[in-house]
Amino acid sequence: MNKAVQLLTGLVSAMAVTSANAGGWGINLREGVTDLSHEIYDLHMLVFWVCVIIGVLVFGVMIYSMVHHRASKGHKAATFHESTLAEILWTIAPILVLGFLTVPAAKALIKIEDSSNSDMTIKVTGYQWKWQYEYPEEGISFFSSMSDPSRKASVRDSGIDPNSVEHYLLDVDNPVVIPVGKKVRFLFTSNDVNHAWWVPDLAVKKDAIPGFINDMWANVTEPGTYRGQCAELCGKDHGFMPIVVIAKEQADYDAWVSEQLASAEETKAASEKTWDRDALMAQGEKVYASSCAACHQAGGQGIPGVFPAITGSPTVTGEIGEHLNTIMNGRTGTAMQAYAGQLNDADIAAVTTFQRNGLGNAVGDMVQPADVKALR
Amino acid sequence: MDTHAAEAHDDHHGPAKGLMRWIRTTNHKDIGTLYLWFSLLMFLIGGVMALIIRAELFQPGLQFIDPQFFNSMTTMHALIMIFAALMPAFVGLANWMLPIMIGAPDMALPRMNNWSFWILPFAVTMLLSTLFVEGGAPAGGWTMYPPLVLQTGAAFPMLIFSIHLLGISSIMGSINIIATIMNLRAPGMSYMKMPMFVWTWFITAFLLIATMPVLAGAVTMLLTDKYFATSFFNAAGGGDPVMFQHIFWFFGHPEVYILILPAFGIVSQIIPTFARKPLFGYSSMVYATASIAFLSFIVWAHHMFTVGMPVAGELFFMVATMLIAVPTGVKVFNWVSTMWRGSMTFETPMLFAIGFVFMFTIGGFSGVMMAMTPVDFQYHDTYFIVAHFHYVLVPGAIFSVMAAVYYWLPKWTGNMYDEKLGKFHFWMSTVFVNILFFPQHFVGLAGMPRRIPDYSVQFTNFNMISTIGAFGFGLSQLLFVYIVIKAARGGAKATDQVWDGAEGLEWTLSSPPPYHSFSTQPVVK
Repeated sequence: MNKAVQLLTGLVSAMAVTSANAGGWGINLREGVTDLSHEIYDLHMLVFWVCVIIGVLVFGVMIYSMVHHRASKGHKAATFHESTLAEILWTIAPILVLGFLTVPAAKALIKIEDSSNSDMTIKVTGYQWKWQYEYPEEGISFFSSMSDPSRKASVRDSGIDPNSVEHYLLDVDNPVVIPVGKKVRFLFTSNDVNHAWWVPDLAVKKDAIPGFINDMWANVTEPGTYRGQCAELCGKDHGFMPIVVIAKEQADYDAWVSEQLASAEETKAASEKTWDRDALMAQGEKVYASSCAACHQAGGQGIPGVFPAITGSPTVTGEIGEHLNTIMNGRTGTAMQAYAGQLNDADIAAVTTFQRNGLGNAVGDMVQPADVKALR
Repeated sequence: MDTHAAEAHDDHHGPAKGLMRWIRTTNHKDIGTLYLWFSLLMFLIGGVMALIIRAELFQPGLQFIDPQFFNSMTTMHALIMIFAALMPAFVGLANWMLPIMIGAPDMALPRMNNWSFWILPFAVTMLLSTLFVEGGAPAGGWTMYPPLVLQTGAAFPMLIFSIHLLGISSIMGSINIIATIMNLRAPGMSYMKMPMFVWTWFITAFLLIATMPVLAGAVTMLLTDKYFATSFFNAAGGGDPVMFQHIFWFFGHPEVYILILPAFGIVSQIIPTFARKPLFGYSSMVYATASIAFLSFIVWAHHMFTVGMPVAGELFFMVATMLIAVPTGVKVFNWVSTMWRGSMTFETPMLFAIGFVFMFTIGGFSGVMMAMTPVDFQYHDTYFIVAHFHYVLVPGAIFSVMAAVYYWLPKWTGNMYDEKLGKFHFWMSTVFVNILFFPQHFVGLAGMPRRIPDYSVQFTNFNMISTIGAFGFGLSQLLFVYIVIKAARGGAKATDQVWDGAEGLEWTLSSPPPYHSFSTQPVVK
C-alpha cells in the first residue's frame, strides 16, 4: 500500500505543477470555455482537495499506527474496543463536510438545468454512428460523421499510424457551428439506440434517447474548435462518432448560415435533374462509404451473423421496389435504419444504383432521383 | 430404514470417494470448496478477457480485434467477473465459514446448497458458449441497455436464460444463508455476538433476495420485447427505454454492495486478529452495514445522472448518494481504530486487508467526487468511472477474497501456505494493480470515454502504462494459483488456532475441521 500512497502524493504534486491540457500527459479535468464548465471545474477541484485532506489524515493515522504499533517493536496491544463519543463524532463530522460540498453543488446543478431564455436552439439526433444537427429557426439540417482520414486509419491493420492523422478519431466532415456569447440550447434525441453527446470544454454531456427529448445549454465565451465523443455505448462504432463544435463570432456565424442555406439549394437542384449512370455510380460509392460501409463493410461482405452482406443479397439483387423500401424505411427489429430522412433523393438513387451494380453485384438497372421522390 | 441408517453411519466416517463425492455432496465444506475453485477458474477466464481489452488499448489504432468483438469482451468480462467470479467466491466463503463460525454442523438446507452450486457451471457454460454462436457474444454492455441490447444476435436468449439461472442460484444460496444464521446458531451466540463476516453476509443475503428478482423481471421484459412484440422499452410502441435503466439500477446498486459488504466482513475478521485487539466499535459496524444496505436502495439513479431527470430528482439522488459516505466512513474509522495501539504483525492476510482499506478508500473518494451531480456530468461514462469501480472491486473486493483465502487456507487444508510467496504475491498485486488502474483516473478526466476500442492519440501514454500494469497484475495471479495448490497438497502443519491473535469458534476446531463441523454444539459464553 506504500505504492498507493506514493501515487496519491505523486498525483497531488503533479497537479500543482502540470497544466491541465499538457500534451499526452493530461491528468486533470479540462477547465473548458463556458461559465458552467469553469464552475464545474472549481467544484471538481474543491471535492478533490477535500478528499486529499481526509485521505492524508486517515492514511496518516494508519501509517503511523503501522510503523509504531507493531509486535516486532515490542508494542503491547491495548484493550479498548469502543467509544460512543468517537462514533458520534465521526458520524457527524462527515455529515458536515458533505453538507459543505452539497450546497455549491446544488446551486450549480440548478443553474445547469435551467435552459430557459436561450438565444437559439440546435436539435441533435444520434444515429448509429453519426450525429444529425438541425437548426429549426434557420432551417439548416445536416449529418456529421467521422472524417475520412480517421476512418481509414482506424480500420484494423490499416497500416496507417494514428499519430500521423490530425485529430485522430476527433474530426468530422461537417462540424456544428455556434455563435459565441449566446445561450445555445441543445435538444437531444436518438433515432435508434441510446447515445450521449459530450463535449468536455462545453461541460455538456447528455444522453440522446429514442422517444425522449433532453436539453442542456452552453454559452461559449471564446471562439475556437471544441472536440468531443459519444459517451454512451451505442454498438460497434461507438468509439467512432466524434463531435466537433466550432464557436464563431456572430458575423462569421451569420456568414456560415447563409453558406449552408445556399448549398442546401444546390443539393435540391441535384435531386431535380436526371443523372447518367456513371454519375450515379460515382456518387453512390461516396454515399455507400459514409452511410453503409460501417455495418455492411467497405467491400459489401457484411459481418456474418451481425450485418448481412450486400454482395449477392436477395434484397439488393431482387426487385427494385423492395430494395428501395429497405433503404428508405429500414427494417424494424434490426440495426437497419430508415434512410429516407437521412439522405436526399439523389443520394438514395445513387447508393441504390451503386449497390445493385457495384460490390460484385451486376443487376444492370438504375434508379433516378425522381423514382425516389415518387416513393416519399 | 436400515439402508438409511447405514448411509447416515457412512457419512460420519467422511466423504464418498471419487467424482460422485463432488456431484452429490451436501456438505457445506465440499460445496464451499467447489464454489471457490469455480470462482478461481472464472477469475482467470474473466482476467484473460480483460487482458485482451488492455492489449488492444495498448496503443491507438486497432491491432488485434475488431470493435464488435471488443464490445463483446467488455460485456463478457463484466458479467463473468461479477456473476461467476466475485459472487461465487463470497458464497463459497460463506459456505465454508458461516456454519463453523456460528457453531452449526452444516448449512440449514444442504440439498438446496448442492443445487445452487451445480446450476452455476451450466449457466456460465451457456454464457461463455455465446462466444461461438452466430453474431458473437453479447456486446451491448453488462448493463444490457435497450434498444442496443435488442440488436444482439443468437446470443440474446442465451444471455437472458443464463442470467435467470445465475439469479436462481444466488437466491437459493441466500435463502440458505439466512436460514442457517437464523436457526443454527450455537447456544449463547446471540445476534450481537455473531462475527462481523456472519453479520455482513446476513445483510447481503437479504439484499440478494430483494434485488435478483428485479433483474430477472427486467431481462424478462427484454426477452418479450425482442420475441413477443411487447413494447416495455420500445419508444416507438409507447414504451420507455429509460425505465429499463431505472429497473436495472434498482438491482444494480444493491448489487454493488452485495459485492462489497462480505468484503467488509472479511476485513473486520482479519484486522483484529493481526492487531491482537478486538474489533473497535462492533455494534456501530453492524449498524453501519445495515445503513449502507438501506441506502443502497435509494441511490440507484446516480448511475444515470445524464439520462435527463427533473432537477428535484437529481438533487435527491445526489444527497442520498453522499450519505453513503457516512456509514462507510464509520467503517474505515473503526478499522483504523482497531489497528491503533494494537500489536500488529503483517502476515499475508493482514497485508491484503490493509491494502483493501487503503485502496477501497481511494475508490470511496472518487465515489464522493462523482456523487456531486454537476461534476458527474463530466465524469460520467469516462475512464474516471472505470478507475473508480475497479478500485473498489479489484483492490477492494478481490483483495478481500484473497485476504480471506490466505487467512482461512490453513484452517481449510491443515497446512500453512508459503508465507514468503504470499507476501511476494501481495506486493506484486498491489504494485501492478495501481499501475493498472491509477492512470485511468487521468485519461478519464482528460476526456477518454469508456467502452471504446480505440482512442485519440493524446491518451496513449497512460493507456500504455495501464496495459503494462494489467499484464503484471494478471501474471501475478498465477502465483496465487500456485500458492493455493501448494498449500492444498502439503506444507507445514497448521495448529487449530493458526494465528495467535485469532478468536472465534472456527479456531476451536481442528485444522482441517472434521467432515461434520460441530457434532456437539459448542456453547458461547
